[in-house]
Amino acid sequence: MTGWAMALFQRDLRLSIRVGGSALVGVLFFLAVVTVIPFGVGPDLNLLARIGPAILWIGALLATLLGLDRLFQADRDDGTLDLMLMAGRPMELVVLIKCLAHWIATGLPLVIAAPLLAIFLNIDPIAMGAVTLTLLVGTPALTLIGAIGASLTVSLRRGGLLLAVLVIPLAIPVLIFGVSAADAAIHDPVPFLTPFLILCALSLIAAVIGPVASAAALRFTAD
Amino acid sequence: MAFWDYANPTRFLKLVQVLLPWLVGLCVIFFAAGLYMSFFMAPEDYQQGNTVRIMYIHVPAAWLSMMCYSVMALSSIGTLVWKHPLADVSAKSAAPIGAAFTFMALVTGSLWGKPMWGTYWVWDARLTSVLVLLIMYLGLMTLWRTMEDPIKAGKAAAVLTLVGALNLPVIKFSVDWWNTLHQPASVVRMDGPTIHPDILWPLMVMATAFTLFFFVIHLMAMRNEIMRRRVRALRLRAAASSHPGTAAATAQPAE
Amino acid sequence: MRSPALNLIAENLTIDRGGRRVFQDLSFSLESGTALVVTGANGIGKSSLLRTLAGLVALAKGKILLEGGEDDKLPQEHAHYFGHQDAVKPALSVLENLKFWQSFAAPAQTAGFTGIQMTPAEAVETLGIGHTAQLPAAYLSAGQKRRLSLSRLLVTPRPIWLMDEPTSALDKASEQQLLDLMNGHLTAGGMIVTATHTELALTNTKILHLQAVAPDASAPEEMLI
Repeated sequence: MTGWAMALFQRDLRLSIRVGGSALVGVLFFLAVVTVIPFGVGPDLNLLARIGPAILWIGALLATLLGLDRLFQADRDDGTLDLMLMAGRPMELVVLIKCLAHWIATGLPLVIAAPLLAIFLNIDPIAMGAVTLTLLVGTPALTLIGAIGASLTVSLRRGGLLLAVLVIPLAIPVLIFGVSAADAAIHDPVPFLTPFLILCALSLIAAVIGPVASAAALRFTAD
Repeated sequence: MAFWDYANPTRFLKLVQVLLPWLVGLCVIFFAAGLYMSFFMAPEDYQQGNTVRIMYIHVPAAWLSMMCYSVMALSSIGTLVWKHPLADVSAKSAAPIGAAFTFMALVTGSLWGKPMWGTYWVWDARLTSVLVLLIMYLGLMTLWRTMEDPIKAGKAAAVLTLVGALNLPVIKFSVDWWNTLHQPASVVRMDGPTIHPDILWPLMVMATAFTLFFFVIHLMAMRNEIMRRRVRALRLRAAASSHPGTAAATAQPAE
Repeated sequence: MRSPALNLIAENLTIDRGGRRVFQDLSFSLESGTALVVTGANGIGKSSLLRTLAGLVALAKGKILLEGGEDDKLPQEHAHYFGHQDAVKPALSVLENLKFWQSFAAPAQTAGFTGIQMTPAEAVETLGIGHTAQLPAAYLSAGQKRRLSLSRLLVTPRPIWLMDEPTSALDKASEQQLLDLMNGHLTAGGMIVTATHTELALTNTKILHLQAVAPDASAPEEMLI
């Protein structure tokens, strides 16, 4: 039972590490976004500290979206997706495992890079921890919701932009509660735990809706 | 005749032919009454003066923007569960109409907001939710346009519509949360618990007129979409005239 | 004589792709130990038929049954699909590619089918690409990739092989090897559905010839799609 799941997980992880260093590109993009913001809003450290968690979250959202279009497309292009659909394994679980591997390869590096980038934004250590924690809990939700967009646009040649447009409205709640929780740790209008637990709930909901919808989309659009 | 028999597009078109004139007539009557009531009978607001009359356009439009999405969500269930061919046509034709109503709600909302808030746009919870809804409508329309095969596009859009329908309450909830967090309720709320009948009646008539208007253009759009697909089918048939779409098979044992 | 333990039945298959009716009311049945060779002109729907049997194209009408198959599995989950695409990942080594498919694709055990399960190493050896086992698949030639893709069918026993133009990109020697494998599969009680332009010397075949018929009179007004 778990043999196939492990095999899929390992394969996806191996592929993302060996092909093109997608983890590195994502982190570089994250760094680029964070670097560009001070040029836009000015180098005022107080301002940066105030909007820092938001910058980190938006950077993580964009970096996640950037890497999502290949989640299923690489497998579709060489016929692997067809074989996966007839492999006799529940497609919902296949999607979930692929998302997990994808998150470890591209999302986790963002979480690890976040404390470093937080230094640039003058975020104090407690807030740094809070942002990193919210990213750790929230970025899986972004990947899982993004999987829906990735499977809907899997047959499109240049689906990356459309994917982002489709996914961003669905990702708004994650962004809101992620940033709220991080903000709550810095200057607390509300206790940290309230938005944080809602964020956890959103991730869990995404872990159900994402794979179910995405598997349905992959099945329906197979041809 | 059972409802399902209208799965047949030809029969559906006949029904539309019969229904449409009546709907158009009703719609015109309700609009005439509603516009008269809201412009001449409804009282001015003691603070806002005549600007309050924007409400009679804005509120029905906002309401329709939600109803249209519900129609699409129901149609999407029809597409995915019952594989009803008209469901897909219905969902596809409802999207641009919904987007138009949403856009109208946003425009009238910000025109109304200018004298009230002193600016065309505030990041008010309701306006923001409606803006997100507009993005979702536009995304769905793009998805329909970019996929070649109408059946596959319909199924993909149906999945997204349903995910969106599940997500809309979450988005609404989180936007409300975000709004109360960042700006304490300073916005004048129009929908108090009690609305004076002088305002309520014109509003209800206008809402009915808008709903009728929605059904008129939805039916017309569905009719157009069916025609469009027939043209496509005929063109495909013309292109494939060398082997015209059907093939017979003979199975014979061979040694 | 073996009793036909498996029976693949297609009833009134009708499919539409991209808004075009590819074929309609296609029926056939196939017993274990038999190969069904699908012939016909280009674009007539041979590949579509195979993809339909693989469960990848939705049926507009009709059904596919597998008598004697595992109850809790769909017909396509008893089948291997060997199509134009190799499903080979260039970044993984030959053995890694194959090991993944062995663990990932669920085997289908049915009565009367005695196909043996090879280890990945045996399979690549059988197909003559054993020397490349540790190399990344990126270094393989087109024919070698094709053989690697074929070896997928040997590491997971499944009674139905759906093969779309199986001989393409293979030289004469490999073609003979492929035929031996296919005949071996038939003797073991499996069944093959193959679309091909070339004559294949298979032991026990049925031919399904797809041909265009005159345009039927169904009025276009009744068509929605």
